[in-house]
Amino acid sequence: MSISLFLISIIFLGFLSFFWGKRKALLLKNTESLHSLPRYYGYYSLAWFAAPSLLIIFLWLLFSESFVTNQVISSLPESIRALSPNEITLRMNDVKNLAAGNLIAGESFIGLEQAAANYNRITKLVQDVAIYSSLVLSLALFIFSYRSISGTLRARNKVEKIISNLLLASATVAIFATAGILLSVLFEAIRFFQIISFDDFLFGLTWSPQMAIREDQVGSSGLFGAIPLFAGTALISLISLTVAVPVGLMTAIYLSEYAPSKVRSYTKPMLEILSGIPTVVYGFFAAITLAPFIRDFGVTIGLDIASESALGVGLVMGIMIIPLVSSLSDDVISAVPQAMRDGSYGLGATKSETIKKVIIPAALPGIVGGILLAASRAIGETMIVVMAAGLSARLSFNPIDAVTTVTVQIVTLLVGDQEFDSPKTLAAFALGLTLFVVTLALNFYALKIVRKYREQYE
Amino acid sequence: MSNTLQETQDISEIVNRGLKKRYRSEFMFRFYGVVSILFAVVFLLVFFSSIISKGYSAFTQGELNMKIYLNEEVIDPDQLRDEEEIRYANFDKLVLDSLKTYFPEVSSRKERKELKSLVSSGTSLRLQSMVLNDYSLIGQEINIWVRLDSDIDMYLKGNIDVSLDESQRRISDNQVRWVQELQEQNLISQNFNSTLFTAGDSREPELAGVLGALVGSFFMLIITFIVAFPLGVAAAIYLEEFAPKNRFIDFVEVNINNLAAVPSIIYGLLGLAVFINFFGMPRSAPLVGGLVLALMTFPVIIIASRAALQSVPPSITDAALGVGASKIQTVFDHVFPLALPGMLTGSIIGMARALGESAPLLMIGMVAFVVDVPSSPLDSSAALPVQVYLWADAPERGFVERTSAAILVLLFFLLLMNSTAIWLRNKFETKW
Repeated sequence: MSISLFLISIIFLGFLSFFWGKRKALLLKNTESLHSLPRYYGYYSLAWFAAPSLLIIFLWLLFSESFVTNQVISSLPESIRALSPNEITLRMNDVKNLAAGNLIAGESFIGLEQAAANYNRITKLVQDVAIYSSLVLSLALFIFSYRSISGTLRARNKVEKIISNLLLASATVAIFATAGILLSVLFEAIRFFQIISFDDFLFGLTWSPQMAIREDQVGSSGLFGAIPLFAGTALISLISLTVAVPVGLMTAIYLSEYAPSKVRSYTKPMLEILSGIPTVVYGFFAAITLAPFIRDFGVTIGLDIASESALGVGLVMGIMIIPLVSSLSDDVISAVPQAMRDGSYGLGATKSETIKKVIIPAALPGIVGGILLAASRAIGETMIVVMAAGLSARLSFNPIDAVTTVTVQIVTLLVGDQEFDSPKTLAAFALGLTLFVVTLALNFYALKIVRKYREQYE
Repeated sequence: MSNTLQETQDISEIVNRGLKKRYRSEFMFRFYGVVSILFAVVFLLVFFSSIISKGYSAFTQGELNMKIYLNEEVIDPDQLRDEEEIRYANFDKLVLDSLKTYFPEVSSRKERKELKSLVSSGTSLRLQSMVLNDYSLIGQEINIWVRLDSDIDMYLKGNIDVSLDESQRRISDNQVRWVQELQEQNLISQNFNSTLFTAGDSREPELAGVLGALVGSFFMLIITFIVAFPLGVAAAIYLEEFAPKNRFIDFVEVNINNLAAVPSIIYGLLGLAVFINFFGMPRSAPLVGGLVLALMTFPVIIIASRAALQSVPPSITDAALGVGASKIQTVFDHVFPLALPGMLTGSIIGMARALGESAPLLMIGMVAFVVDVPSSPLDSSAALPVQVYLWADAPERGFVERTSAAILVLLFFLLLMNSTAIWLRNKFETKW
């Protein structure tokens, strides 16, 4: 039985189970009074029917591939199983390609065709087991639920219980996602720290992750001192905040305190456009338009500016963050009670004096929270720096030099060949862990400040 | 009495003295505000004019009107009409022969090579598939528009400086002369570049298109929506309508707020470690990309849906509960339908953000060079923003305009999604 036919029949039978349950309830209604509305009996039998199928499909989707792969590997000849995990993965890719009916280029190994046949056979077997067991189980449970339908069955309460549990489960996905992120990054990072010491990573001054192919090559060990990356990230983020904070803040102040409603209605959507532009487009702009412009400008004033200078990247990133700073500041500024403004005007202060001496001090915690969120955004921003910032890690705080960032290195380490037993690939996860921890701390702290600030004026 | 009057006069004198300075600083402050806004406006103008001016030329492509004699001697000398035979025939020779009819003086090997590279290297493949589709063409002379090579196209669009020395540019003096002669005969024109929308990626700029990336992005968004929308809406309903006030729920809320602010590249690491390495899903597949983007969009949808649920007035709930509906019935039959337009609006905006996202896709291998247009979410594929990234990195001059064109296509779809969201909001949102 093919998968599509199976899915169609499951959906069809699902509908049937609903209508049969409902029909039985409608028939019962003639003789006795029902506890619930008839449709709840339909939902009740549908729930019993669908639960095992969904569960089995879910498990099958998740584990079928790895189960089959392991089975096929264990049936491979001894000589191949003795190879390193990467080699085995390469061989298995050949097997999967052949099993999918593709042509295999170049030499492979003896027993490949048998393994591919084996692969197809086990895949089919697992699929059949999943399909038939779910069909049988579903039908059995449906019959059980159908027989249990009676006027006294509290179908609504049962269905509602299921629904509210499903809702709760959806809400807890957020926890699983966070845990998934943390564990997946942590797990590989720990493997990295088993090879490279924690201190070397966190306090080392040289970053050169190239691993030698031969043992006796110069610099074969690779150096994983992340300080240049942290410095580069900090430099670029700092430049971007220098652009974004004054501009964003002034925009927010002007829009919420000065601008007539007409200007507001034009300017706000424009800022939204700015925040809706994909970062890869900003990166393209920074690399193709702005960087050459800045370099030429540097030549005319006699400065040697790198074509991948931190200045250009930071500038564009700053512009990207303006809407974030401006909308967060707008929120906190309009949360300042009108009474405080009125008090200040009553004492004869001008509008700008009121803003500078009353509103901004009152809104300061909220604004600081917004700036922290903006900083976390800048630190984690990837595409702009990947496209427009440098690749080589040099320790420099000069904005006209090319520096590299944590995210650039993660991308360079992971795009292309990956070997999950080499520190070069694992280093990306260590960097990812650092990035995650730093941004998490910034976000957590910022949200706390903002929330506290809001409560103050509520 | 006179003393106080004196004091008042003194004070007002002090105030008046400072007034000019205070007004000036008031004016300056306002001025800074206007400057900030102008800064953003000017940037937007420069930004869009830069992208459009670079990209509009990619929507046309220089083509050469060629008469090609499909010589039977070359294609199928034995007249067997055997598919394999024809497939391996020397179609390059046909193209070259046809070009030689315009420039019979060409003889040296170097010149022949230059002449042949006037037109796209895809021309012979195109002839091949034409002949394979219709054997009756063999032996006839056909008249078709053939795409010029990207370098020639760049010259026609004025992107190659011919005043430079021959060794400094990508087209030779001969080629420039030939192209000018062909232009004088009105055989070259700029036609609509349909390849851009009907082809997958290619190493040759003139053969590259965004369709593969577009379809990949489409599959991803579908999966994102199927996964993230029901989950997000269900989570929002629970948190807004059913959740008790306890530490567990607080913890969930903290998690959601933090997820919304986690850098997107971290989601890519999650996808790589969990979906690809642990569950063994295929690399470069829209399925994995869609799942990663779904996780990213999930908190956005929750936040938007909660706002939509909050905007439904409590009187609706009270009325439903008052006539005896259960809590679940109240929420699903009354509150949810009223909040649905708002939820959809927020979700579409979240999906638009997912469409523009590329960092996590780099992590799960969607940067592979994929020529074929994917036919299912399990095939290898590119995505629209990743295509922009790939083309931006390509060294050929022809890819610069194609990158900008791909950006324009991407921006068009973002605009489309956002305006759909706004339209939905305006049409269905009830003002209470």
